[in-house]
This record gives sequence, structure tokens and C-alpha cells, in this order.
Amino acid sequence: MSEQHHIVSYRKLTCIWLALLALTALTVGITRVELGGWKVLAALTIACLKAGLVIAVFMHMKYEGRLLRWLLFLTLMTLAIFIGFTFFDVLYR
Amino acid sequence: MSHMAHKDYDGAKLGMWLFLFTELLLFGGLFLLYGVYLKRYPQEFAAGGTQLNWLMGTANTAILLTSSLLVAMAVTAVQRDERRRAAGLIGGTILCAAGFMVIKYFEWSAKIGHGIYPGSVHLKAGSPGESVFFSLYYLTTGIHGLHVLIGGALLGWIALKVNVGAVHAGDFVLLENGALYWHLVDLIWIFIFPLYYLVL
Repeated sequence: MSEQHHIVSYRKLTCIWLALLALTALTVGITRVELGGWKVLAALTIACLKAGLVIAVFMHMKYEGRLLRWLLFLTLMTLAIFIGFTFFDVLYR
Repeated sequence: MSHMAHKDYDGAKLGMWLFLFTELLLFGGLFLLYGVYLKRYPQEFAAGGTQLNWLMGTANTAILLTSSLLVAMAVTAVQRDERRRAAGLIGGTILCAAGFMVIKYFEWSAKIGHGIYPGSVHLKAGSPGESVFFSLYYLTTGIHGLHVLIGGALLGWIALKVNVGAVHAGDFVLLENGALYWHLVDLIWIFIFPLYYLVL
């Protein structure tokens, strides 16, 4: 646990912001086309990608130690289990 | 020596992240409800979703992404000891928060003007699926909007601290935690936006 803090440059933050805006435009574009069930999958995949960028760079997770990364992983697994297991029931009823 | 306040930077940030994890589980529960009811009432959800204004949703997405950029830049500015710039950037974030709430106000008042709100005569007369959709819409965007208000107030207080020099390059965990909270607000919206405004 050092007192070294990573400083993310303005340039890098701006690049991530541009990527996030581009992905938003892509989601809007994709969902305006009739793709049926695929558009839910496509929109959620892009949303996860955007969330990943925000967590990794804006929230500095990329520069954090093992503890926070594992806790994040644990939280996401918990979410995946309670959402996933509910759908095993709901989808195949 | 005893007057030196003990600062535990890692502990403070760990505490914030643990809180954010509980927030993820809270909104996770709301998304789970959305998913289950979408499966049960696909037509009603599709009909409800098309009544939402996706242009306003897109505008709010761009606003929140920008606000996240500004607050992330504010953390960088404080780390580089550019205090005035940091305070300005936080001010920009708060402006974005206000813009988001103004758009939300127009969206909600248009819906309420059409008689669509939980427990309204219109929804009670309609199908249960439509009622469930709009109840979830108001609950999810309402709790999210509350987070926007709290986050905006929190950042306003932190901006004052930055201004007077209580938050600086040597001690900025307050700003970093405030920024983390703000990014969470953005993160949740990244999922609300496609689920409610786009895919239905």
C-alpha cells in the first residue's frame, strides 16, 4: 500500500470520453434498425463495454491493487448469479 | 504530533467502493425486475418503451458522459495542484447534473400530463403489463434521479473544499470518492438508457 497515486492525463480521459460518445451513437444506430432479439444483446454488449471503460479509466480501477479488483469481481459475479439463476427459472418455465 | 490527523487513503477508498458495490446490487435488483417482467409482458413493454422519448434519453446520456469526463479531469487537476481548474471542472459537472434534471423534468411532466403515473386512472384502466412497465420506469429513473441530486450536492460541497484549499494534491481522497460516486450515477444510466429507451 504505497502513497503513489496514478495521474490519468487529460488527453487519455478525453479519448475515453470520445469512445463513450461513439459507442452511444452506435447503440442508438443499431437499435433503430429492426434486428429483433439481437438488438437487446447488441445494446447490452455495448453497454457493458462502456461500463468497462468508465470503471477502468474514469474510476481508476486499472490502476488499483488486487483487493479492489477482486471485490469488484466478486460483486459482478454475485450480480451475474442472481440475475442468471433467476432467468434459468423464468425462461424455461 | 498527536494533532496530526491520521489519514488512511486506502481505507477511505475501500469504504467508498464497498458502498458502491451495494449500490450496484440495488440497481441490479431493479434490472432483474425489468428482465422478468419484460419476459412476462413483451407487447406491453414494447408499447410502453416506444412512448419514451429516445432523443431526450440520448441527450441525457451525452450529458452524463460529459459530466463524468469533467469530474475525472477534476481529480487529475487536483493531483497536479491546479486547484482553480479543479473547482471549475467540478462546477461544470454540477451544471451537467442540473441539465440532466431539467430534461428529466420535461420527460416526467410530459408523461404525467398524459395521465401516465403510478396509480393514475389511465394506468388502472389499462393492462397490468403497461402499469408494471411505467411503475418500474418511475422507480428506476426516480432512484437514479435522486442519486443525481445527491451527487450534485456532494460535489458542490467538495468544490467549496477545493476552493478553500482543504482538498489539495496531498489530500484529495474526498474528491476522489465524490468522483467515484458520480461515475456510479453515470454507470447506472449506461444501462437504463438502452433498456428503457432503445431496445423495446
